[in-house]
Amino acid sequence: MGAYALTEEDFASFFHALAADHDIFGPQRWAGRGPLAGTDQTGYGPVRTPGEILFDERAYFSPKEVFMPASETLFYFTEDEYREPAKAARPVILFLRPCEVQAVDRLDRIYLGNGPAQDPYYQQRREKVKFFVLGCGNGYPGCFCVSMGTNRTDDYAAFFSREGDTYYADVRGEFAPAAARWGRPVEWQPQFVAKNELVVHPPRQVAPSIYEDPLWREYDSRCIGCGRCNVVCPTCTCFTMQDIFYTDNARCGERRRVCAGCMIDGFTDLAGGANYRKTYGERMRFKTLHKVDDFRRRFGVNMCVGCGRCIAACPEYISFAHLINRLGEVTGDE
Amino acid sequence: MNNPYRPERYEIISIERETAYDYTFRVAARLPVASGQFVAVSLPGVGEAPISVSDFGPDYIELTIRRVGHLTQALHDLRPGDGLFLRGPYGNGFPLEEFAGRRLLIVTGGSGLAPVKSLINCYYRTPGEVTELTLAAGFKSPQDVLFQRDLERWAGRLAVTVTVDQTCDGWSGQVGLVTACVKELNLVDPGQTRAIVVGPPLMMKFTLLELAKLGLAPEHIWVSLERRMSCGLGKCGHCKIDATYVCTDGPVFNYTRARKLID
Repeated sequence: MGAYALTEEDFASFFHALAADHDIFGPQRWAGRGPLAGTDQTGYGPVRTPGEILFDERAYFSPKEVFMPASETLFYFTEDEYREPAKAARPVILFLRPCEVQAVDRLDRIYLGNGPAQDPYYQQRREKVKFFVLGCGNGYPGCFCVSMGTNRTDDYAAFFSREGDTYYADVRGEFAPAAARWGRPVEWQPQFVAKNELVVHPPRQVAPSIYEDPLWREYDSRCIGCGRCNVVCPTCTCFTMQDIFYTDNARCGERRRVCAGCMIDGFTDLAGGANYRKTYGERMRFKTLHKVDDFRRRFGVNMCVGCGRCIAACPEYISFAHLINRLGEVTGDE
Repeated sequence: MNNPYRPERYEIISIERETAYDYTFRVAARLPVASGQFVAVSLPGVGEAPISVSDFGPDYIELTIRRVGHLTQALHDLRPGDGLFLRGPYGNGFPLEEFAGRRLLIVTGGSGLAPVKSLINCYYRTPGEVTELTLAAGFKSPQDVLFQRDLERWAGRLAVTVTVDQTCDGWSGQVGLVTACVKELNLVDPGQTRAIVVGPPLMMKFTLLELAKLGLAPEHIWVSLERRMSCGLGKCGHCKIDATYVCTDGPVFNYTRARKLID
């Protein structure tokens, strides 16, 4: 246990030593896969070489898919027989940000803590994951983790920071021998973001009048219900069951669960056509209050971790940070 | 893996045609069901949906299913002897202890009668459990009336009113909205009356207004809510309202709580 400095070469040796018996996931760049021609996309996926790890940028997508893939097969069926998919065997190292460790805690509360049973698919992935936290320097545009109290975490097996060509690491437990082998012991402390440019005031409590407030109506026209905010959010956990059958043989198929979002059409639809939140303003109200009010009342912490992804992703430039502050103004809770 | 998403196959014992599009399936399932709970019904390759249990016995449950979508269409194509898949039961059910020794008023709209059928049967079989049971069941038209034979049987022992919104030839019963029936009720002692309201949102809204006029306190009224659900386990998020999960905290709610739930 302790702090180490590693050269680029040392870091690569350390990485490859761990890769021998771990699957390593982290933030990375996918060249040419952006939504517009000639643009890149960033997100989380398997990392094969240490150079792929995106140290100095917040990835567009969050690490939640490591735990809950956007489309996950729950069962394969052949006629009337249900079979569960094989489980991944290897332990996982996940490079992620401090606020994202906090976000995994929010996923835990839903998938492991809420309701009468734990979610076995989530649980078997979750228990295999060791966190390797990446320092964020001074933070990224649109982050507001300090305001949400999610800028720090102590829940990690290793903490990495890159300064120039040198990698600094605080390494604990089972990974300490490998770090000691390739690193040089140094006096060093993990640095967390202490101040964001963006400051928000999450409400301590909201008045019931917020449900009727005219502020939501603005989003009827500003929001287009695309659901990008749901998809990029590291704490959005909702899913929909979906059965498919193979076109060659309809007696074989899969039951999957796929990522769902409360901003997207169909989320509250009942068979027969009824639906409980028709306008985008109502959906915005529902999402906002879930992130900074009702989740806290049920689980004790705010769901939003202030990563700023929804702000970066919104094609209509809707700022969730601004929205949280408006909430405080309406409820008189500054 | 102890997998709560894994459904079990059960055999269909019989299928009763209630209306042109509502069938009651009796399924050979021994499940620890309470009145008001629901199960997740599925067919592999077609889909899964939450359906309330309309009645149950020691070795069967009944599901009254309206043909409104993909899965329900496929279920309606099944025959006795075929299998369907269930997991559950889920949800809380009705608080029977709150009704014991009181007058119970049940108001339903359309298929809202299904989730309370087992409760009515229970009080029909054991008179004295509640001092008096009044049922006001509304349907769109005479063709939409569910559980005809049960309604006739219940009428022999309980105060049953069946009303239809639009009449047609051959209907000798009451015509008008179920809220009108509630309006005409004479509650001698509202403090000793408990009420259950289940039905479409608009019907529930206006029935609850009428019950308030009759002097029923909100804490003496229960409702059962219907929401989209994918899991029944508090994970998928579809049924969440405010800090409440309808699947695990409900679907039966005291009205003091339900009235604060804004979707």
